[in-house]
Formats: sequence, C-alpha cells, structure tokens
Amino acid sequence: MPRFFSALILTAVVGLAACTNADRFGPGSGDDDFGYGPGGIHAAALGDPNDPRSPAYFQQSVGDRVFFTTDSSSLNTAAQRTLDAQARWLNDNRDRRIVIEGHADERGTREYNVALGARRANAVQEYLHSQGVALNRMRTVSYGKERPVEACPEQRCWDLNRRAVTVITAAAGA
Amino acid sequence: MKISRRAALVMPAAALLSAGLAPLAVRAQSNGPLRIEITEGVIEPVPFALPDFIAENGPAQEYAAPIGRVVVSNLVNTGLFREIPREAHLTRVTSFDAPAALSDWRAVNAQALIVGAASLSGSRLSVKFRLFDVFSGQQMGEGLQFAGDTANWRRMAHKVSDAVYSRITGEGGYFDSRVVFVSESGPRDNRVKRLAIMDQDGANLQHLTDGRALVFAPRFSPDGGRVLYTSYETGFPRVYLMDLATRSARNLGDQPGTMTFAPRFAPNGQTVIYSLSRGGTTDLYSQNLSSGQITQLTNAPSIATAPSYAPDGSRIVFESDRSGTQQLYIMPAGGGEARRVSAGQGRYGTPVWSPRGDLIAFTKSHQGRFHIGVMRTDGSQERLLTASYLDEGPTWAPNGRVIMFTREVPGGNPALYSVDISGRNLRRVPTEAAASDPAWSPLMP
Repeated sequence: MPRFFSALILTAVVGLAACTNADRFGPGSGDDDFGYGPGGIHAAALGDPNDPRSPAYFQQSVGDRVFFTTDSSSLNTAAQRTLDAQARWLNDNRDRRIVIEGHADERGTREYNVALGARRANAVQEYLHSQGVALNRMRTVSYGKERPVEACPEQRCWDLNRRAVTVITAAAGA
Repeated sequence: MKISRRAALVMPAAALLSAGLAPLAVRAQSNGPLRIEITEGVIEPVPFALPDFIAENGPAQEYAAPIGRVVVSNLVNTGLFREIPREAHLTRVTSFDAPAALSDWRAVNAQALIVGAASLSGSRLSVKFRLFDVFSGQQMGEGLQFAGDTANWRRMAHKVSDAVYSRITGEGGYFDSRVVFVSESGPRDNRVKRLAIMDQDGANLQHLTDGRALVFAPRFSPDGGRVLYTSYETGFPRVYLMDLATRSARNLGDQPGTMTFAPRFAPNGQTVIYSLSRGGTTDLYSQNLSSGQITQLTNAPSIATAPSYAPDGSRIVFESDRSGTQQLYIMPAGGGEARRVSAGQGRYGTPVWSPRGDLIAFTKSHQGRFHIGVMRTDGSQERLLTASYLDEGPTWAPNGRVIMFTREVPGGNPALYSVDISGRNLRRVPTEAAASDPAWSPLMP
C-alpha cells in the first residue's frame, strides 16, 4: 500500500515536472520569453535542412552567427553579409521570430561581458531592423562568457566565442 | 610587476605578544604606541600551542578535541600563526581553571597558549577558552564562554578563533562567516551553475538552487540573511532576491526587453543597485525594496556595471567603458557626476569597497594577465596582489584583511582562492566541485 502511494505520487510529480518543462522550453510559450529556457536552452523544431524555410536551413545555409573582435560590437563586412542573408530569410519567413544571443570570450570579467554581449546582440538587432525585420519579431539576450562554443584557452577559440547567434525560436503568433 | 609591496600588518601594542617576537621588525614610534610592523619577507608566524580542549563531561568528548582542531586550522590558515605540534608539548592541561604552567610552554617556544574546555548538557554545548601570552606570563583578555546547540559546534570554534585572532592582531576576526558562491559542474560549453553557501573554511556546504537555471554573482545583504543574484530563470538575465531562511526567491522586476544583473545591496539593506541593459546600453539603477521605486543613476551611451557602495552608503564605485576601456569611477549614491579613480595601464573592473572604507579591491587585466589588486579610494597606492591567466571578482573578508576571488587556469575549472591584502598567504579555498563568484558574508551575530 505505501509503495503504491509513493509510485502514484512519483507519477504525479513527474507529470507536473513534464508540464512545467513543456511550458518553459516549448515554442511560443509567451510574448516575453520567446520560448527561451532558463539554462539558455531553447527547444524548437529544426525541420529538414533541405527545406529553405526550416530553422535548420537558416542555421546551416544562411548562417546563424557573426563574430566580433575583442571588446568590440562593430559589424565587419563579413558579418554584414551574413546579416543581409539573415534579413532576406526573415523577410521571406515573416511568421518566424528570433532571439539574438550576444556572447563574449572568457578574457574579461563576468558582469562586463554580460553588458558587452548585450551590446553585440543589439548591434545585430539594429542591423536586421535596418534591413526591414520588425522589432517585435526580435529579442536580445546576453550570455556574457557563460556559454562558450569552444573551450580551448587560445585565440582561435576566443575568436569563435565572441559572437552573436540568431536563433529561430518560434512561429510568430504561435 | 609589483605583486606586493610593503605588506603592513600592524599589531597594536595592546595586543603585542611581548617578548619572543624577535624575528619580526619591532619599532617604537616616538609619539605613538609600540607597534609591530610585519613586512614582506620578514614575517615569521607566531608559534602557539593549543592542547586538546578538555571535555568537562563524558558526552562533550565528541566535541572538545574537534573544536580545538578547527581553531588551529583557522589560525594556521591565516599564515600569521604556526602550531607547536602536540607531540612536542611537555605538559598536559587537565583543568581549565588551574593556572597554566607557562614555563613548560616557554620551553617549547610557544608564544601563545590557548586552553579550552567543552561541556555538554542535552544538545546544549558550552565552549570556553583562555589565551595566554607565554613569555610575559599574562593572560590576554578575560576567559570567554560560548554556548549553543551542538549543531553549531563549528561556529563556536570559529567564535573562539575570532576572539584569539582579534586579541593577538588587534584586528577584527572573520572566521565566523559564510561564503555564498556558484558551484559549477558539467562541460564548459554547457556548464551547470548552482548557488551554494558554506562556512568560510568550506564546511557545511549547501546548495541554494537546483542548477536548472544559469546563475552568477551572488551578493549578501548587510545582515547576511538574504542573497541577491542573477538568474536566467525566465531565459533572460534578471536580478533575484533570496531569503536564506526560507530559500524563497523573487524576481526584483521584469521589464520586457531589458536585462538586469550585477546587483549589490546598499549598506542600509533597503536599497539594491544593479545594471540594466536596454538597447545595447547598460546603466546603473537603484531600487527601494519596500516601495519598489526605481531610480536611474547613470545615463551614458556606454556600459556601467559592477557597482559597490561605500560602507557609509554615501558613494558608489563602479566600472564603465565611457572612456573607451573599462575603468573605475566613483559617484554620489544618488547619481551625478562620476570621477575616474583608476589611473594605471590596462582594464579595471569589479570594484568592491572594503568594509573599512579605505580601499577598493578590483580586477585588472593587462597584457594578457589578470590580477586582483587594491587601491586607495582616490586611486592612489595601487597594489596588485595576484597574477594569473584569469583572476577576477574580489570579495572582502568582514575584517578587510583578506580577499577571496575566482581563479581559472587555462582550460581548467575555476576555483576559489583567498589572499591577504599584503599579497601574502595565497590559498585555495576547499570546495568539493568547481567554484566561482564568491561573496563573503558579514561576521555572523
């Protein structure tokens, strides 16, 4: 009998946790969070990378990120070319919303890097806006140095970590 | 590079251990009390003996000796004291109240003698101690007794340590304090970060958050009962306030399209200051916790972050890149004109006002190295205390003598370190996992 009850409670707890997670990580869960999760993890269907309308295609063929030099939020020519392509894709897929993540390398203090990442994400948002992407489809977030993609303590890794990543989070109005 | 210049640990005459301090530079001042100045290179730790604390009744045996060992560990870890090993003792102390045979302690070159005893009644533990200056034959201060629940036995050992340290150095203690920090696990590109709290010596570790949300940079309230931190609970960085007794946390405000981080309490415990990023610009705001009223303190198209109040609450030191690079500035607590204080080469960040009000600790990066340093509040007398691949985020011990910070080795995990403001006694603080962002509590009541 006690065992039965604890199994029942466990099921209920797991069920509850699953609901919470679905709300939190699921696409289109609210206007504010754009489907973004607390660990910096978002979940959205990637789709078929061969489908030009899929987030996977955006990531792989359009290019979802731009890079910055140390302590800078300036968009160089390569970055502007990538953002031009992002803007075209976003203008072709007006049901999509994005979160722009700003990141820094590990060679700075934590708080400053959060502010620097915010500045980088904002630079991308302003550029995309200038190319016709509506502000209400975009949100920015900064991770500072908290989410490096490369772990090595060398210049080549720092170069790849100083980035802004455009993440397709949800269909607008979903 | 000056890692440390003159380390000036000044011991007032009242706390002087009289004779036997020959290795130290002793200097009489013409118009002041006798002082001992310990400078880099000539510091000789003061030898002390701490015979096992006496168990005054049977059940106290479980606590008596461990309490003594915690006191020894605290004192030795300061780098200012050296224990005379128990094997070398000539005498056993069997009665707390019997006069200590100081000649036997003189013979083993102990300069200080600490005798203590514990008794237990139910779950109530009493701990008492006496401190002797062996060479002068005098007791230093009155004997003291602490009592409390057995669950707090380590705290009582810390109280004894604080009293001993304070009597001998003339400085306030810092052992009965805690550290809130971020405990880290998992790979670097997907690190799990949990708020954690422990005693200053690493004991009694508890986790405060479950690791689901990314968190960083916790800060204590002036009474030690609450903690501010930044969490990605909503997916975006926001400032949270946690009550340590209940573990309940609340978001301090949620304006869509903004990010808030780098919070810190004002000394009054009622006001909180933090950074708010909007449209790529990061400014400082203060918020009254009871009314919720928010005041914008800086307004510049640049970054202003890592604010810290002076202990009297009148001014705020912060970092800004308004000049083009990260530098330190001081402004009135209500906002207004900011004066730059950092003057050396390199980038300066994470300034923290010392509890005594006389110094600002900071992180400096210059030529690919990171340093923890201190300067006077006008920017003068800058001294770098450490150097490594990545040192950052200083926090002051309650007595303003010791700084704890995060150190990361290339490609490795971060760990907590402490260093004396003289630049001496660099130590790793024991944590069971990778750790970062320490914040030292005030001395516990």
